[in-house]
Amino acid sequence: MIEVQNLTKFYNDFCAVDRISLTIPKGEILGLLGPNGAGKTTTLRMLTGYFKPTQGTIKVKDLLMPDDTIKIKSLIGYLPESAPLYYNMLVYDYLEYVAKIKGIDTEEKRLERFKELSKLCGLSGIMDKPISTLSKGLKQRVGLAHAMMTDPEILILDEPTSGLDPNQIAEIRDIIKAIGKEKTIVFSTHILSEAEATCDRIAIINKGKIVAHDSTKNLKQSVKKDSIIRLTLCDAPEDEALALLKNISPELEIKPVPSASKEEASFEITTLNEHDLRKDIYLAVKKTDWILTELNKETQALEKIFQDLTREDA
Amino acid sequence: MTQIKTIAIKEFKDYFISPIAYIVISLFLIVTGWFFFSTFFIYDRADLRDFFSLLPITFSFIIPAITMRLFAEEKNVGSYETLLTLPVSFKDIALGKFAAATLFSMAMLLPTLSYPIFIAFIGEIDPGPVIGGYLGAICLAAAYCSIGIFASSLTRNQIIAFIIGCAFCFTLTILDRMLFFMPAKLLAVIQHIGASSHFNNISKGIIDSRDIIYFISVIFIFIFSTYLVMHEKN
Repeated sequence: MIEVQNLTKFYNDFCAVDRISLTIPKGEILGLLGPNGAGKTTTLRMLTGYFKPTQGTIKVKDLLMPDDTIKIKSLIGYLPESAPLYYNMLVYDYLEYVAKIKGIDTEEKRLERFKELSKLCGLSGIMDKPISTLSKGLKQRVGLAHAMMTDPEILILDEPTSGLDPNQIAEIRDIIKAIGKEKTIVFSTHILSEAEATCDRIAIINKGKIVAHDSTKNLKQSVKKDSIIRLTLCDAPEDEALALLKNISPELEIKPVPSASKEEASFEITTLNEHDLRKDIYLAVKKTDWILTELNKETQALEKIFQDLTREDA
Repeated sequence: MTQIKTIAIKEFKDYFISPIAYIVISLFLIVTGWFFFSTFFIYDRADLRDFFSLLPITFSFIIPAITMRLFAEEKNVGSYETLLTLPVSFKDIALGKFAAATLFSMAMLLPTLSYPIFIAFIGEIDPGPVIGGYLGAICLAAAYCSIGIFASSLTRNQIIAFIIGCAFCFTLTILDRMLFFMPAKLLAVIQHIGASSHFNNISKGIIDSRDIIYFISVIFIFIFSTYLVMHEKN
């Protein structure tokens, strides 16, 4: 669907995006991950034709940038970061303007589409309000309606959930998942759990370069070995508990962590092998008269990869 | 074409949503009305010559105030990104905004039609110079709008856009009064570049193709420059 080759962007002497190559097949959700200033927004802006690349080619379907830029633009729905809209317009007027520019030419078709969009994006109560009076989340929804106006085949969303409250984040994610079934979606974020929950594939960008690019599953598996177990015991003296844990396997890395109350002792156990230790821990604790209140395995796969690949000194 | 129309209508409506339109129109009417009528009964002539002779100067300050927001505000707010990622060509955007500004200047001139109607009641007015005057005013307004839009496309700050626009328009307006300081060889060229002489010709009722071509070329040059600036800046 989208083919990007050797995409490069220089701002004067500063190289914001450095020879990025990506292929995004139809019907896939690609998450663009990276720390602030990694070049995510610049990449997306080049994909949408807002910025001209210094070098490299962008091919959407059989259309090539920059010759068919306008045709490509009509295939893409784009939600810029923080959804900049015309603040003095009413939501309805704004959507009508966008619909007209995007070529929905009759009043009936427009009304029909507005009804669908207002259901999908939850705009029904705010159609008659000026955009300037809307909260950030509502503006984001108007922006999303703007992007999806003509039911485009490709959606490009730049940090669609930044600055939203948890409910709104969940709603936007649901929308992305719902429409992602039949559309190609590229979105950027720096929230890892979000990418993990919604994306089929993830590309991690750092300093303008792609440092990892694989399906979400593969990425997570590549560091599966490293997991952390959180254990909290009630009525257990700390040193005795430590001794017990050491007994299970001597090469465990055990770190006591401050617990919520005095009767409880909490530990973080880092394991290096794939064997699930929770069984052993449970069986060991069962033999004592301590009470097990927490036994939780956290796989930090994405965080780990992300930190390894994007940390300054890495 | 429909996209130019859509953008033009949207921008034209935008003027009337905010108070800018009403402030600019009142200011324009007060200034021109005052200068015109303060001497009207002293001269005792049933024509609009004094009104039209002032237009180039007032326009060179009023028109940049109308056009300053067209690009600068969008860039500042960020909606420029939204606009440029819609399936519209740069040419359509520039022309749509130009059409909106020109339409707005015409709307601003509309109330002044009451002057010739009023004069027709109290004296005999020659319709030729009045029609020519309004035609010239529209040409002048359109030319200055294109300059203002060009100035607005250069920056994200509306005040800077206004000042650049004023500087350009004012230079064009007073250029043929500055001939005294110019080298003799260039006189003819400089006189032709100045806007006032062309405007004066039309407003006398003489519609010469040279003057019309002058205004069309100014519009073309600045709209095309706007287009180039848009290309260069992205």
